[in-house]
Order: sequence, then C-alpha cells, then structure tokens
Amino acid sequence: MAGRVAPVLVFACGNPSRGDDALGPAFIARVEALLADEIRQGELELLTDFQLQAEHALDLVGREQVVFVDASVACVAPFAWTEVQPARDVTWSTHVMSPAAVLATFRAIDDREPPPCRVLAIRGRAFELGAPLSAPAADHLAAAVDFFVGWLAARAGGRAAAGAAVADESRCG
Amino acid sequence: MTFDLETAANPQGLRRVAIDPVSRVEGHGKVTLLLDADDRVHQVRLHIVEFRGFEKFIQGRPYWEVPVMVQRLCGICPVSHHLAASKAMDQIVGARKVTPTADKIRRLMHFGQILQSHALHFFHLCSPDLLFGFDSDVAKRNIVGVAQAHPDIAKRGVLLRKYGQEVIRMTAGKRVHGTGSVPGGVNKSLAESERAALLKDVYQMIAWSRDAVRLVKELFEKNLAFYEAFGRFRANSLCLVRGDGAMDLYHGGLRARDADGKTLFDHVEYSTYWDYLLEDVKPWSYMKFPFLRSLGPDEGWYRVGPLARVAGCDFIPTPLADRERQDFLAYDGGNAAGATLGYHWARMIEMLHAAEGIKDLLHDDDITGSELMTRGERAGRGIGMIEAPRGTLIHHYRVNEDDQVVRANLIVSTTHNNQAMNEAIRQVARQYLDGKKLTEGLLNHIEVAIRCFDPCLSCATHALGRMPLAVELVDADGRVVDELARGGDE
Repeated sequence: MAGRVAPVLVFACGNPSRGDDALGPAFIARVEALLADEIRQGELELLTDFQLQAEHALDLVGREQVVFVDASVACVAPFAWTEVQPARDVTWSTHVMSPAAVLATFRAIDDREPPPCRVLAIRGRAFELGAPLSAPAADHLAAAVDFFVGWLAARAGGRAAAGAAVADESRCG
Repeated sequence: MTFDLETAANPQGLRRVAIDPVSRVEGHGKVTLLLDADDRVHQVRLHIVEFRGFEKFIQGRPYWEVPVMVQRLCGICPVSHHLAASKAMDQIVGARKVTPTADKIRRLMHFGQILQSHALHFFHLCSPDLLFGFDSDVAKRNIVGVAQAHPDIAKRGVLLRKYGQEVIRMTAGKRVHGTGSVPGGVNKSLAESERAALLKDVYQMIAWSRDAVRLVKELFEKNLAFYEAFGRFRANSLCLVRGDGAMDLYHGGLRARDADGKTLFDHVEYSTYWDYLLEDVKPWSYMKFPFLRSLGPDEGWYRVGPLARVAGCDFIPTPLADRERQDFLAYDGGNAAGATLGYHWARMIEMLHAAEGIKDLLHDDDITGSELMTRGERAGRGIGMIEAPRGTLIHHYRVNEDDQVVRANLIVSTTHNNQAMNEAIRQVARQYLDGKKLTEGLLNHIEVAIRCFDPCLSCATHALGRMPLAVELVDADGRVVDELARGGDE
C-alpha cells in the first residue's frame, strides 16, 4: 500500500450521463479546480465512482475526515449536510451501498471505528439517461461547493488554531 | 399462453402484496403476489425496468466513442459493456482478429470484472442468507453480521473485489470510465511494474477463491435437500463456448441445451443471433422475454449466467476450476447442478477460473506487447457478444458513412433471464408461501431466489433516498392494510 494518505477524502457518487445524478462527479470537477493547492499538497483527495461499494471501505483507511457527496431526491434544497454513522443495509442487490453501510463494512473488516464521516446530499430533480444537469440542480451544486470550500477552510483554520494551542501548551510545560 | 401462476384466473377480490425492492428514479423493479383470503397464491410476477432509452442515448454518437459511453449504462458491470461494444466496433473497423496483446489485455480486464463482480455478489449479498438462514434475524442477515460471525469471509470478499478492481484499473487505464479497449484493439498494454504488482497477490486470490468454492459446497452438504429443492425449475440454457467446447467468457460460439442436457444448437456464429433468438412481450412487463426461435416462447425460454455456463461447457480451461466443475456436476447425481441455488456454487467456480485466468495471463509476455491495434475493411454493422458476470450480453450496432451510430440493439443478461427468474420465484411461492401467513422471513425467500440471478436494474442511477424496500398489503378494495419499508430515507 502507499504511504501517507490525504487526511480529508471527498468521495462522490453518480453517473455523469444521467441528468442530476451527475451532481456528485460535477462537484468533484468544481472542487478539483478550486482547491488544486490543497490537493497538490496532499491535504485533500477526491475520488468518484458510479456508486458506493464494499471495497470503498478501504479508501477510508488512514483518513481524518471523509465526506460522501451524492445527488438526493429526498433532502431539502439546496443541500443537506449530515453526520453519518455505521449502519447495516438490508438489500437484495449488489448494485449499491449506502454511506452508512460502507462505514459498517470498514468497522467489520478493520476492527476499528471508521473516521468521522459526513454526507453532503445535493438536491436533484431529473435523472433521465442522456439529460444534462437541470437548472435547479446547477444552482444547488454551486451552493454546495461554496459551502464545502468554506467548511474546509474553517476546518483547516480550526486545526491551525488547535495546533498553535498545543504548541503554546507545550511551551508552557 | 401464460405460465402457471403468471396470471390469476379471477383477480377480483384477491389481496395484492408488492415487494418493491428498488424504486429508482427512472422506474422500479418489484415482485407482486396475488393472494386469496386463505393466503393461497394465485399470481406471482417479477417486473423489472429494462434499459429503455439506451439505444436512443447511443444514436448519433461517433462509433469510436461508444465503448466508453456505454459504460454509463451500468455502474455495476461497465467493463462488460465496454468490451461488448469494443468487439462490435472491431467489426466496424474491419479488425477481424485483434492482436494477441489486445486480445489478452481485454481478457485480463474481463477476468478482473468477473472476479470482482462474483466476489461482491457472493460475499456481500448472498453469504448472509446462506450462512445465517433465509428467515434468520433480519438485523443479523447482512454483511456486517457475516463480518461479526465470520470476519475472514467478509474481509476476503472486500480484498478479492479490490483486486479485481485493480486488474480493471491497470488494463482499462482508469478506476472508472476506463478507455483501455478501443475499436480494433487496446490503447495500452501492461507495464512491467503493473504486472509485478498484480502477480504479487494473485496466488492469494486463487487460494481464497478455492476456499469460497469449498464454502458453498459445505453449505450444500449441510442442507442438501433444501438447497436442491429451493426454487428449482427445469430450463433450457444458453452460453458462449470456445471452439473446443471450453468455457470462454470473452468470445465463442453460441450453445443451447435443453433441461436434460441435450444440445439444441452449438457453435453458432453469434453475429447471426437473430436466426436463433427471438423476444416475446407481455402486457404486464416492460422487459422482453427472449426465447429460442426453434422452440417458441412457451418452451424456448432459457437461463444464462454462471449455472448455464458451468453446466453448459465441456470443460474449464484452468485446472483447479475444472476440477471443481467436475465435482459440482457429479454432486448428488447431478442434482446440485440443476438447483437454483447452484448459481452460487457455479459463480464461485467461475471466480476461481477468473483468478487462475488472471494468473496465466500475467505470466504471458503478450500482455506487455506493443502491437495494440488492427484495422481492415470498414463495415456498416457490428455485433459484439460476451459472457458478462450475469450472463450473455449482446451489443448490435449500425454505423453510417459519417461514422455515426444510427441503430443500436442491446440484449442484456437480465433480459435473457427474465422468464427464468419468474419461474424461480413462482416455485418459491408454491413451496414456501402458499397458504401461510406472510412474514419478513418468508418474503425474504422470494428475494433469495432473485439474488441467485442478481438482476441488473439500470443501476447507474442511485440517488440517495430512492432505494427503499417496501412491502404493501392491499385489501380487495385497494386499501393499504399494512406496510413495511426499509432502506430508504424518504
């Protein structure tokens, strides 16, 4: 396996050719352009796939924070930002796993708690094969990207402040 | 004609139970049962949304884009569509025979797909049912329950799957939306570093695959009568085989056999498939019902996939898998090989074959070769056929003089298995549901039968909040008297 992994992983799901199902990959494309420095410095990694599967639990190893991004037909527009805990899926098909189930798989195979995870669910409306992103979904995407960039900056700021506090403490000691 | 339990004679006054496992944004698949006041089953139907709109999606595209574009049809087996489309487009560019390097890189990619798909299916979808029982505690009957009770099994499933994905990434060039296979060949071979990385773990994958075959065999041994009887039905079968009768998941001629193993046709050139296969339609389903033309729709339906292939070939061209095939076919006088749950055993034999096949190809210097492309006389029609993880997959295209696709026809594995899946769940309904009060465990028996085939449900769309399993009991007046939902967040 490779050495150090980026502490923050963003894992987006979706099919670029199914209308608003493209919200996940489109989010990755926007963030990749906006946060090129963070990616280059190894602070952030972006991954995308059609849907979540069991082996994606291995992508969580060594992370400090994971964010799953997906289109949603259930959340309130423009997006929902929620914590996710490991939970079991009861399913009949191999075709998809929920973020919670991926965390549960991580815990099952690694015998450790998964890293903290959040889901950024972006409201979509139309999912026809071959359709472009709908206009409302494009607006929701922009709002979600702005939010995420701000959240990541605040997180980095918080870590820097915490780091400074630790350094101060050690100096005091 | 309709089949037994396909259509109730007098549907008025019957209770309708819908097992609605997947409600997707573009449609949904579900099972409906019609029961009378005494819980006797009168009608059972599996409805699955077909890949409608795919042909239109592809029309107008330049032919060279198609092998990449079709991966967006299905998020679970994109490699199968990638390769079937590439094979069809080989004919368009006149590549009657691709180079040895191209052929072997594509086969390697396909084995990677078979390995990862079969591992996911068995370890993460079906093993909870098989290890804990079909009507065991639903809270335990999932992969997390398996991991707690059998930690090595869950971990091996993930690592086998991951290995298969790595084979795909190295041969297709990318983790998803790979571009490795192109009309006329491939655009990359394997680097020595990639070859070495895959060789490092391949023997472990073979060992774990052998263990998986043994595990299924043990499960049969423990509960033989039940396993052999569960959802059992007689059917014709269809698969591709190599010229010498060997299993060949990438290329071959069509072979059909009847339920007794008698050959109906053999080594048929697949580019003439329409002379042998036709599709029936039913008013209650969007999905067509393929059948063997010579036998007609009532007698000519068939099954495809691992069970059809393992039982249908003359041998498997890798030694460990062939030994397991012989054991499987001889087991209990051949009865296991006719069981619906035999799909799992056959699937693990194929997984072992894929692992062995990967090992053999990694030792073949052609996979690092530089002769990647072939060209020939341009044609207007291309047909590609492949044995995808779930069964035979057909891609058929017409391309105009401007290089645009003007017509496309796809027949996917799940469509081939349509009648077979309906037969399996009707048999389960007769065996376990008829006259009994419905419980979650009993309804799970229906799902267990469906899982044997792992039907594909236009799976490339998966938005959060649209994957509930809902069971509704509706009275004779159409009122919902009880319901149960799980898995969605709406």
